[in-house]
Amino acid sequence: MRASKPAAAREPATQAALAIDRLDVRYGRARAVQQASLLLERGTLAIVGRNGMGKTSLCNAVTGMVPSSGSIRLFGEEIRGLPPHRIARRGVAYVPQGRRVWRSLTVDEHLRLAHRFRRGEWTPDGIYELFPRLKQRRHNGGTQLSGGEQQMLAIGRALLLDPSLLLMDEPTEGLAPIIVEQLAATLRSLAARTEMAILLVEQNLRFAVDVADSVAVMVNGCVVRTMPAAALAADRALQQQLMGVHAQGVGS
Amino acid sequence: MKWPRHRDRAILAATPLVVVAAWACHHDTRLFVAATLNGVTLAALYFLVASGFALIFGLMRNVNLAHGSLYLLGAYVGYTVGDQTGSWYLGVVAGALGAAVLGVVLQVSVFRFMPGQELRQALVTVAISVVLADLMMWVWGADIYQLDPPEWMYGSSVLPIVQHYPTYRLILLVLAVAVGGGLWLLLNRTRIGMMIRAGVDDRMMLAATGVNMQFVFAVTFAIGAGLAGFAGVIGGSALSISPGEDTRYLLASLIVVVVGGLGSVAGTAVGALLIGLSEQYGLAYAPTYGVLFTFLIMVATLFYRPQGIFGGR
Repeated sequence: MRASKPAAAREPATQAALAIDRLDVRYGRARAVQQASLLLERGTLAIVGRNGMGKTSLCNAVTGMVPSSGSIRLFGEEIRGLPPHRIARRGVAYVPQGRRVWRSLTVDEHLRLAHRFRRGEWTPDGIYELFPRLKQRRHNGGTQLSGGEQQMLAIGRALLLDPSLLLMDEPTEGLAPIIVEQLAATLRSLAARTEMAILLVEQNLRFAVDVADSVAVMVNGCVVRTMPAAALAADRALQQQLMGVHAQGVGS
Repeated sequence: MKWPRHRDRAILAATPLVVVAAWACHHDTRLFVAATLNGVTLAALYFLVASGFALIFGLMRNVNLAHGSLYLLGAYVGYTVGDQTGSWYLGVVAGALGAAVLGVVLQVSVFRFMPGQELRQALVTVAISVVLADLMMWVWGADIYQLDPPEWMYGSSVLPIVQHYPTYRLILLVLAVAVGGGLWLLLNRTRIGMMIRAGVDDRMMLAATGVNMQFVFAVTFAIGAGLAGFAGVIGGSALSISPGEDTRYLLASLIVVVVGGLGSVAGTAVGALLIGLSEQYGLAYAPTYGVLFTFLIMVATLFYRPQGIFGGR
């Protein structure tokens, strides 16, 4: 169980961090993702869209958890079809919907377990510096944590893989507004101080435009348009149109 | 808090048992103590077999109904190696290793292709156990074997009340305790144990953290099957080895795991104790209906606590 070859991904700065091309995900006859294409060069891209539009399926396809067809390239290398652990070792870290921390492992064990395959700049101590709250809770089990603490732990676990791409699925779900604000600040500073690209799936439009550089909109399994976050923030009518009843006002 | 109601119920259930035990103790102390010792040492053997079964099912949700075959194969291999080399210790090692290797082969060549399909796994492994039973009969025949443990394990130890008790059965008890402690340490103090626990909780997230699940599965299967083989040699020295033992120990493992609950070493230990004791008390006090007790316990568990006494989910 050694780390696989150092991801060749790192050197060429010209390749997009993530390039998805005509991706399909099917569950039996149902098509969750249809011919979706998406480009994330660098920085943070948010995918927004209503429930059931295929956002989580897209994440699951990128992390290799569900079979898909089409093309998913990470810094130019095809990763579609690889098993999840190989994709993870190439530098794709996943913060899933609902956090999914391990209930029988302590905070400390989570971090030690994740800190294994790609030893880079992140260490468990670095995570404790980033989230001092986790240090106080280091001997608590995964389910003894509050939602916000679980989210910190899930992010810490992902960062320890030293990812070149961080995938986050609905990180604000079930969090108090003040925690959501802290999370946004954390993500912005992470994006600024690391090379890491971030793909953020989010229903909370305010959070999405707050954190991301650009926003992609998914409707019925397709990415229908991509635009700068600022453009979406300024266009209230578009927000209403895209998100329907789920709209949460952004900007003035 | 649920605890007080829990405690009331436990007291309610325990009172008649204590009364009956007190009566039995008063009636014939020696019989009672002997039956208890027999029950506890039988439980030790059940624990050795069932802990492997519980480990494999707990992590991988693999229903391995060939677990009894692993036990019997371990016993036969241990016997042959012990017989050839004259060393019982080598026999123990060989029996555990043989079963572990077969376990890995099962995982890599069978279970890997049917994840999450319990019915298919059950049917396939029943078929495999039938085939293995015939193959073992072909190689070792239908004779009854018994392994000879080293001299110092022979004979009897002096204990209060029962006076003489077979030393080997006491060693069995010590071994079970050691294996239980070892398993606990493995699960709670090592990296592979950490992976196994994380895999029981959320397997996909473990894979998404870069862990090769197939590797963890193979290791877990090797440990679980190795424990079955180890138990085979140990049990084959305390009792005997013959065709049919495979299904007997498979059944015992299933009942122990159903009663004790999956996913914890303690649950398996408690399940094994309950079943071992009930079998031996049944034998001592109600030989005709003894077998029933085991199943009554199982039915009661399934009725009142379907997840098992220590079961989490």
